[in-house]
Amino acid sequence: MTVQRTLTAAAVALGTALASTAAWSATEIQLWHAFTGRLGEVLAGQVEKFNASQSDYTVVGAYKGNYSETLNAGVAAFRAKQQPHILMVFEVGTATMMAAEGAIKPVYEVMQAGGGAFDPKAYIPTVTGYYTTSDGKMLSLPYNSSTPVLYYNKDAMQKAGLDPNEPPKTWPEFETVLKALKAAGIDCPFTTAWQSWVHLENFSAWHNAAFASKENGFGGTDTELSFNGPLQVKHIDTLGRWAKDGLFVYAGRRNEGGARFRSGECALFTESSAGYASVKAEAKFAFGVSNLPYWPDAAGAPQNTIIGGASLWVMSGHSDAEYKGVAKFFEFLSSAEVQAAWHQTTGYLPITPAAYELTIKQGYYKENPGTDIAILQMTGKPPTGNSKGLRLGNFDQIRGIIDEELEAVWSGQKSAQAALDSAVERGNGLLRRFERAN
Amino acid sequence: MEKRVTFNQRALPYLLVLPQLAITAVFFLWPASQALYQSLLIQNPFGLSVKFVWFENFQELFADGLYLEAFKTTAVFSAAVAALSMGLALFLAVMVDRIVRGGATYKVLLVWPYAVAPAIAGVLWLFMFNPSIGLIAFYLKQVGYHWNHVLNGTEAMLLVIVAAAWKQISYSFIFFLAGLQAIPRSLIEAAAIDGAGPARRFWTIVFPLLSPTAFFLLVVNVVYAFFDTFGIIHAVTKGGPGKATEILVYKVYKDGFVGLDLGSSAAQSVVLMAIVMSLTVVQFRFIERRVHY
Repeated sequence: MTVQRTLTAAAVALGTALASTAAWSATEIQLWHAFTGRLGEVLAGQVEKFNASQSDYTVVGAYKGNYSETLNAGVAAFRAKQQPHILMVFEVGTATMMAAEGAIKPVYEVMQAGGGAFDPKAYIPTVTGYYTTSDGKMLSLPYNSSTPVLYYNKDAMQKAGLDPNEPPKTWPEFETVLKALKAAGIDCPFTTAWQSWVHLENFSAWHNAAFASKENGFGGTDTELSFNGPLQVKHIDTLGRWAKDGLFVYAGRRNEGGARFRSGECALFTESSAGYASVKAEAKFAFGVSNLPYWPDAAGAPQNTIIGGASLWVMSGHSDAEYKGVAKFFEFLSSAEVQAAWHQTTGYLPITPAAYELTIKQGYYKENPGTDIAILQMTGKPPTGNSKGLRLGNFDQIRGIIDEELEAVWSGQKSAQAALDSAVERGNGLLRRFERAN
Repeated sequence: MEKRVTFNQRALPYLLVLPQLAITAVFFLWPASQALYQSLLIQNPFGLSVKFVWFENFQELFADGLYLEAFKTTAVFSAAVAALSMGLALFLAVMVDRIVRGGATYKVLLVWPYAVAPAIAGVLWLFMFNPSIGLIAFYLKQVGYHWNHVLNGTEAMLLVIVAAAWKQISYSFIFFLAGLQAIPRSLIEAAAIDGAGPARRFWTIVFPLLSPTAFFLLVVNVVYAFFDTFGIIHAVTKGGPGKATEILVYKVYKDGFVGLDLGSSAAQSVVLMAIVMSLTVVQFRFIERRVHY
């Protein structure tokens, strides 16, 4: 009898001990991302802060390579039924993710089911609009968003006899500045990064010109490209002329131009607003940040620019308890303090007006002039159908096509019209294939 | 009396070959059959929508002018890499063969590049030729030539050919050296006595006797140029500028893993596999006839 009693007591004790251990282990949330270096450290810091602030969930971040490689890892993992909870996907992968209805769980659903206070209006529309459906439902959470701005070397402008505090606001003024710089002996007056993003995609939005039909693809996969319109052709033709005259120096498809600007080799530079941190750290000259120039004779210009960067998508196939954790993490990321700190450390845009207000209150913009240009450029006017963003399938490849055709213009092999027409034709082929595959 | 080792168990030979067969099955047969199957589908990258389309992927491929361009690019690239690497290797092997003292040092230094990984080799050459900071690009600028392989397709092609051939010279060099050392000196001396000069001796005696080695190296070099150069292209030019250096295997990667178009990429892999198989068959059938053993 007593033996039985002791055994039962032991069993109960063991059971309680095991049960409480189960309660102690937090639910793990997998986050796959493409950030390394400084940005990777900032992300890791955010994850650590979240994990320390509560004990129900542990977010585990894993670096999977660059944006393409991370998307690939997510796709392969989904096929092997080992998908993470959260996947970071670059903006050109939005159409792919949106078309994969069974693979993703929309963020608005996750946030609503998570029980927290989710107010879609608490986000900046031009930032979240890229990742929202036509009826306002948020599908993914923007994580690092930036928009292109103009960086200018004040010392170089002074050397050319120009007023360093008056950067060119329109493209005709821009040409005058370039010619003055060239005459003053500067071999590289102007270069750019991400040519397709800045000078075609954002260019179209900034001038309220359509990049593709059906509201740049928001309205359906049967969209067709339309960036070979007269305004875009005029702009690329102008840049081609500048390339021939040595006023515009092409450095590469990605951000090879950044090094040339920061070293002082090139005087004017159009790049992502998130490049501010690197420029501040490395430039040994006085520099300024200004809005992207525009063509004054275009109706509706300047409108607003669109974002580039990545967002966080939630993948399907996990339990409700885990999704609650994801919701809590997203709530944490959207809080004003976290967003303000993220914005100030990295130069990426804050996703909520509250974070913007907080940054103003903290006096950040006064101490760092030019860092508010990006957000003002994006929120100046409410977005139109041409400036909400892009939602085009196979867009990474389409960008590659655009890059190739533009390179043909810079090297003088093709005219701007021929190059853009060819890019539209080739790109449409890819869009049709995407439509077929989904 | 011959001493022969015989195995009594019937299963033992199969067991001994099994590990290699397993590796071939897992790393070649399985992916190849998957590629064959996927080349007949158009599918969403996540696998959520799969359409069976027979040979449409192949039809689209061959109707695409860019795909045919890639054929041309690959042909030029592999011919150049094979010719450059084998030619230079032969030259170096002949030179090293004649050295009596210090030959070992030369051999080590010449074989060293083979140990370098393709991507690293690519980055090495990229650093030397980088238009902004490359050493050789700098010296070229001094002489008045503005090297910019980011914009100039021919220069990009030259750069990857040189980087790819550089790596393979070592491999060809070792084999040529071994082949040269297998040639009986008596033959060469006899020819010298008969009054043949060094060039004549080389082309009429040494070269034909090297032909088995040369043939083997031709096959290996062509396969290398088709497949193993992916790392170099990816590190140096990523297929650019404007598809100037996009060889077939790089296009497979770009369409499949960057473009996420698995059907087209699988179809390209199948075509590539067929090409290399037929090239090897052709080489064995026709060129081997001319090889003297």
